[in-house]
Amino acid sequence: MSRFIEKNVEKDGVDRRGFLKCMAWAGTGALCVMKGGVLKSFALSDVMQHNVGDFKGDLSFVQISDSHIGFNKAANPDVTITLREAIAKVNALPTPPSFVLHTGDLTHLSKPEEFDTLAESLKSLKTERIFYVPGEHDVLDDNGRMFRERFGKGAMGDGWHSFDRNGIHFVGLVNVMNLKAGGLGSLGSEQLEWLEKDVSALKSSTPIVVFAHIPLWAVYPQWGWGTDDSEQALSYMKRFGSVTVLNGHIHQTMQKVEGNVTFHTACSTAFPQPQPGQADSPGPMKVPDDKLRGLLGITDVNFVRGKHSLGIVDSTLA
Amino acid sequence: MKNARWILGVVLTAVAAFASIAVTQPGVAKAGDQSAAAEVKIDNFSFGPASLTVAAGTTVTWKNNDDVPHTVVSDDKAFRSKALDTDDKFSYTFTKPGTYNYFCSVHPKMIAKVVVQ
Repeated sequence: MSRFIEKNVEKDGVDRRGFLKCMAWAGTGALCVMKGGVLKSFALSDVMQHNVGDFKGDLSFVQISDSHIGFNKAANPDVTITLREAIAKVNALPTPPSFVLHTGDLTHLSKPEEFDTLAESLKSLKTERIFYVPGEHDVLDDNGRMFRERFGKGAMGDGWHSFDRNGIHFVGLVNVMNLKAGGLGSLGSEQLEWLEKDVSALKSSTPIVVFAHIPLWAVYPQWGWGTDDSEQALSYMKRFGSVTVLNGHIHQTMQKVEGNVTFHTACSTAFPQPQPGQADSPGPMKVPDDKLRGLLGITDVNFVRGKHSLGIVDSTLA
Repeated sequence: MKNARWILGVVLTAVAAFASIAVTQPGVAKAGDQSAAAEVKIDNFSFGPASLTVAAGTTVTWKNNDDVPHTVVSDDKAFRSKALDTDDKFSYTFTKPGTYNYFCSVHPKMIAKVVVQ
């Protein structure tokens, strides 16, 4: 499995040393492991003291978000370089991810050449497939037509879709279209109807991973960091034992556990944004050059069948 | 008879009120004055001023000073800009009196209005 495996006492494909090597690059990140709906988080310095079996996974995938190709202002004049660094980070994982989720804002201005650069850069990702949902920056002026043609083939409606991997049901939702004055992100009735139907046939024991651009929980509505009809969507998933919601949009990691649902947001690969309410607006945040890469990153997710656990590791580009 | 006198009183009051509005319109450019112009700045995810009052015929220009794109879209679809990148502008000439509520369709928490007299 991994070129780092030297001892494999538990026949699980992961040894302690290889695992710790895999974790080493994660720097100051936090590790979150969900068991039976309860999220435990550890500072990475504490990880050493825990059993490796707590973190190993049957399925490993990566989330990247908010590449904003085309952005060239002070907060990061070259977002293509930091995207490439994020890709290198993914490619350096001891276990290559089965697939990658991009949770939107591929581009900054929905321009064809921006989509070109993104597609070209991601070709070097060592993974089988990349699944996308659009951010509001990907659907400017054309209601997302170009995005869907290039990154949403086979998707429904505005680009929503679902698929299954290793017994986990993945749902990609679109909450950046047809936004109403004064409102937040929006899923809309057509997508909600589809979602209700999509999950209705699943067994309650099926783990679900939902991914969408704007957070599906009220992170900070004053800045538009939430989705108006997310509660309706989540109501269809109450009966499931394990629901994990992965979002982007806010360019920083944040998480919350509510009953059976774990919410998590990923870093951007392009530029950081301020913490809720800590600036005049949620716009790009300029930090000293040597601090930038410590605020950008990727998210690695590991799933363990039988143990009902899902490990989320955020790691920066620093 | 009492009712008729009451109705007459209401009508006269209404006429008087209308006349006073018609003769007093201080500080407003004449309708049809194509040279009238006003500006709305987009800074820190907000439109400034949030409420702008202009005369009919005024051309309003929005300018985006933010590092992220915004749009200017009226709630009733009367006008709609393309995405405005940093320093981009959008103009619209208001010919009919009324209140025009608008927002940024990318960041819909950004709402404002133009009142045309």
